[in-house]
Amino acid sequence: MKSLFKGGIAAVAILSAFAANADEEADLVINEEIEITVRTDAPAHVENLSTIYSGWVFRSTETQALQMDDFENPGMIFVDDAIAAWNTVEGTEGQSCAACHGAPEEMAGVRAVYPKWNDEAEEVRTIAMQVNGCRTEQMGADEWKYDGNEMLNMEALLASVSRGIPVNVAIDGPVQAMWEKGRELYYTRFGQLDLSCANCHEDNYGNNIRADHLSQGQINAFPTYRLKNAKLNGVQGRFRGCIRDTRAETFAVGSEEFIALELYVASRGNGLSVEGPSVRN
Amino acid sequence: MADNVTPRVRVPRDATAGEEITIKTLISHPMESGQRKDGDGNVIPRSIINRFTCTFNGETVIDVTLEPAISTNPYFEFQAIVPESGTFEFTWYDDDGAVYTDSKDITVG
Amino acid sequence: MKLTRRHTLMMAFGSALAAVMPFRAFAAVEDNIAAFTGGAAVGSEGITLIAPEIAENGNTVPIEVNAPGAEAIIVFAAGNPTPSVATFNFGPMAASQSAATRIRLAGTQDVVAIARMPDGSFVQASQEVKVTIGGCGG
Repeated sequence: MKSLFKGGIAAVAILSAFAANADEEADLVINEEIEITVRTDAPAHVENLSTIYSGWVFRSTETQALQMDDFENPGMIFVDDAIAAWNTVEGTEGQSCAACHGAPEEMAGVRAVYPKWNDEAEEVRTIAMQVNGCRTEQMGADEWKYDGNEMLNMEALLASVSRGIPVNVAIDGPVQAMWEKGRELYYTRFGQLDLSCANCHEDNYGNNIRADHLSQGQINAFPTYRLKNAKLNGVQGRFRGCIRDTRAETFAVGSEEFIALELYVASRGNGLSVEGPSVRN
Repeated sequence: MADNVTPRVRVPRDATAGEEITIKTLISHPMESGQRKDGDGNVIPRSIINRFTCTFNGETVIDVTLEPAISTNPYFEFQAIVPESGTFEFTWYDDDGAVYTDSKDITVG
Repeated sequence: MKLTRRHTLMMAFGSALAAVMPFRAFAAVEDNIAAFTGGAAVGSEGITLIAPEIAENGNTVPIEVNAPGAEAIIVFAAGNPTPSVATFNFGPMAASQSAATRIRLAGTQDVVAIARMPDGSFVQASQEVKVTIGGCGG
């Protein structure tokens, strides 16, 4: 019986080794045109990492390939839907996104600096909050559900036109208090499993959690089309999933905690390219 | 009818006579397998694209029968011969009777 | 009934087999293959099946089949509740008898591709694809 147990454990270990079949040295160029920075020096404020990596490098060759051509990236289906929404007049003011902003390409670079401080509202805004700000304040339209399909589609469009541009989220000035709150959350252990974000994504990236190859938990590539559920997934929805997996009560999508955490985690990726909509497992 | 079904195809704009070209197609569709259950334990009825065809000037390139094991947002890649200028016609057949089509012209120079 | 050592062993063996062998699934794929081949002998030359050794997620597994000269290629996922995946029928305007798509696999299993050639013969290729179970439901 003893030897059987040993065999069982060995088999599990081998499976884990097999699962780590990502090509971590690969470079990402989308449509043979857009060069994506998937690894670079960690920013100074990320004390415990020397190099930061996009989640793309941790995926299998097959999953990586799905993001290298927009035609093969199912996330781009939703970008097309968002282009239609971009040009659609909605609300009491007779405005569309396009009426103020022109073509979606005019928004190049915007995704790279979010979340950011909004002077008028005197708050840190995620890009989703800013889209809803536009809808309610400029268009007289209803808010979209945070992390709902319309919002994720629009986030995918805004990301797609910024692809290749380095993430450059401000961490000081008026956002500093929220950033520090986010950092504190990142290092706080939650749930029955008593895990912080850092336990998996800082201490153990590159290792396997069962058959999953742990990434650094970077969010430069969101929204992401996951093979698991065949749809776009937002940053805060993913946070929710992670915290739930620690067997904790999670914060709500759109909560102050998650806005702070999104700001902090985004800043950990300063220097990586905007990459969404990405493809992950 | 499934919502938001949009076919898309990628075909080169031009080719030399007799050239072998690669065609890629992707259609947004949930491909509900009929194996899943909703929150109340009821089986979600099957609703898939069950057939896809591509023709060039009326002659078949490929004719595919799809089963529920084809992934959400069905993707196909295949090769065609282009002996002359003409038109590729693409047709997807939905379980619910809906038919989605797209076409692409190609010029042989 | 008095339980002898042999009986006990046989019972244990039987239940172990029942636990590990998805009999119905295998029977289903064999029936499906027979329906396509009409029970004819199946060769192994002249067909290739490309599939990942390990799929990160069984929901979207890229595969590619190629059988030069074939009239049709049928693909099965031997371990799925319904093994049929797709049938590719090639017309006169096909430049090659090959196609790529993305398929769903319910778990680690063999993917099988069988081509029907113009002379009525059949050739087959198969490959095991391991489907990993992630650590994070996310």
